[in-house]
Amino acid sequence: MSDLAVRAAPARLNFNGLWVAPPLIVLGLTFLYPLVLIARAAVVGDAGIDLGGFLSVLHSRAFLNALINTGLIALAATAGCLALGLTLALILAFVPFPGSTLVARLIDTFIALPTFLVTLAFTFLYGSAGMLNGALTQSFGLSEPPVQFLYSAWGVILAEVTVYTPFVLRPLLAAFSLVDQSQIEVAGLLGARPWRIIRSVILPAALPAAIAGGSLCLLLTVNEFGIVLFIGAKGVITLPLLIYDKAIQESDYQAACAIAIVNVALSLGLFSLYRLAARRLGG
Amino acid sequence: MTSVALGAEARARVATQTHGADSTVRLDAVTVAYRGAVVLKPLTLDITAGEILAMIGPSGSGKTTALRAVAGFVRPVSGRIHIGGADVTDLPPYERGLAMVVQNYALFPHMRVADNVAFGLKARGAAKPLIEERVNDALRIVGMQKFLKRYPRELSGGQQQRVAIARALAVRPRVLLLDEPLSALDAQIRRSMVEEIARLHADLPGLTILYVTHDQSEALTLADRIAILKDGALSAIGRTGDLYRRPPNRFAAEFLGRANLLPVVIEENPGKDGLVAVRAGGERLVVASDGALPGARRLLCVRPQHLTLTAEHGYSNKIGARLREVLWQGELTHLVAEVGDTVMRIVATRLPSLPERGAPLDLFFAPADASLIPEEAGV
Repeated sequence: MSDLAVRAAPARLNFNGLWVAPPLIVLGLTFLYPLVLIARAAVVGDAGIDLGGFLSVLHSRAFLNALINTGLIALAATAGCLALGLTLALILAFVPFPGSTLVARLIDTFIALPTFLVTLAFTFLYGSAGMLNGALTQSFGLSEPPVQFLYSAWGVILAEVTVYTPFVLRPLLAAFSLVDQSQIEVAGLLGARPWRIIRSVILPAALPAAIAGGSLCLLLTVNEFGIVLFIGAKGVITLPLLIYDKAIQESDYQAACAIAIVNVALSLGLFSLYRLAARRLGG
Repeated sequence: MTSVALGAEARARVATQTHGADSTVRLDAVTVAYRGAVVLKPLTLDITAGEILAMIGPSGSGKTTALRAVAGFVRPVSGRIHIGGADVTDLPPYERGLAMVVQNYALFPHMRVADNVAFGLKARGAAKPLIEERVNDALRIVGMQKFLKRYPRELSGGQQQRVAIARALAVRPRVLLLDEPLSALDAQIRRSMVEEIARLHADLPGLTILYVTHDQSEALTLADRIAILKDGALSAIGRTGDLYRRPPNRFAAEFLGRANLLPVVIEENPGKDGLVAVRAGGERLVVASDGALPGARRLLCVRPQHLTLTAEHGYSNKIGARLREVLWQGELTHLVAEVGDTVMRIVATRLPSLPERGAPLDLFFAPADASLIPEEAGV
């Protein structure tokens, strides 16, 4: 063995460990420390640690209703996003028509729009004094606006579907672009009609993308605040809205923090699901 | 190969069940254009039942487009396609009764081998016992019956292509379309798969195959007839041996195997034996006539392996040449020689001694091994 090969490499200072410090400090100050403060506020009352207060919030009717509302609305909106996103993605990817790229881009721009804008547009369209109700009351001589869904959980779901469908559409389009065209052609020649090809060839290939997009939608809709607040649907209180009510309207910070802890746990659980799905997709 | 012994019974069963239906294919002036640009000029050809027709040509020649038109993936702007005597031009692919094997196998990655092979049968609504029987038969034919439970990613390229062939055979297609099916395989596996396909067709004589390839050796080995396409048009078509021995034009001669093309002038009217004397520079040669009259210019086409350096029996034509290069390739020796301004290639299996570069050579060939073709390139 040569002398060069056996000679020990000169000692070098290794700063790698130190580079971890700045992001950790920033993360700690901006996220972990506030989170610790919220957790502390959730279980520490005026007289010290108060787990009873924390548990009573979690057992309250308002919290349970908000939790159920949050779950149902998020699930329904996610299902709607998946159904609409899948339909649009299939059309955009496999039914060539002039301007399909433009349509895909237009749908993408919804991601950039503030959520209240869609809600505002819905108010103009479907609100009590909106275009649809105006046209119906005028046409049929009605005294009351007949379309009232906007001010219910359905209105929230519709708005969330409109806003969050691009989050499903985008990964689905990416997955569809990777589906081998010759698999589709061979399947067709073997006797498979279009629906069977979609079901047996295309959808299995896009399943990780659908799971990733759906998980992201679920995460976002669970935490959606603006749409629910803006629509102001009667009796539709979700967890973020309940936190807002407790903290701002009632100044009950312990209750707000207790609910926030549950909301954070729910979000982190869904985020883990999203990351898992995204990893399977290769993201 | 194991598949031969294991699949004999299955092959016999497939052969008796598969091809009762008329499996002729007719393209009647089929023209294909993309956005106004014609990529396949009016193409008319017939494929008889049980025949392997190889469609070869360089990239952009229109061979794959023609196959895709037969499959129903592209719609001709004019012309009609008939399969089994019925006009299928307006039918979607799933109603044409065909199957296809492609270069990248196109196996469904989320399905096991058995499900891949069963796919077409399920799509056609076959009963479960029939599906099971056909899947087993098809996999036995290609020697893959032990791999039922595997996923495509767990198979080699050659094994995947066998599964793709089994999947196509399982539906008992009237016509099997093969689109560069061996191009993704390495040379050794490709050779073995060519033999496998040849054996498969021998056992399924009723199966009509349209085989698109750019590989002339695959076409020569497998095809009953070859159609050569160039620039979106049919340049030549004929029985494989005839097309190789008597190419109708320069393009066909050069694309299908290597060809030496020596400019000649016809010297006299053809004799009763069908031979004619031609002049190449100072040499007088006798070759099979193409009917051209004295004074006409032609190219004399002779394959490299039909030229010898010694006057063997029947090799009555002699051309004087000068050796330019010797390329020893083990089993074969390639010689490059000059005849006037024309470069001639000679392939010899054995040489008593390697001649030296620059040495004069006499090249011999038999009249039957040469043909005359027009000087122009062809379509």
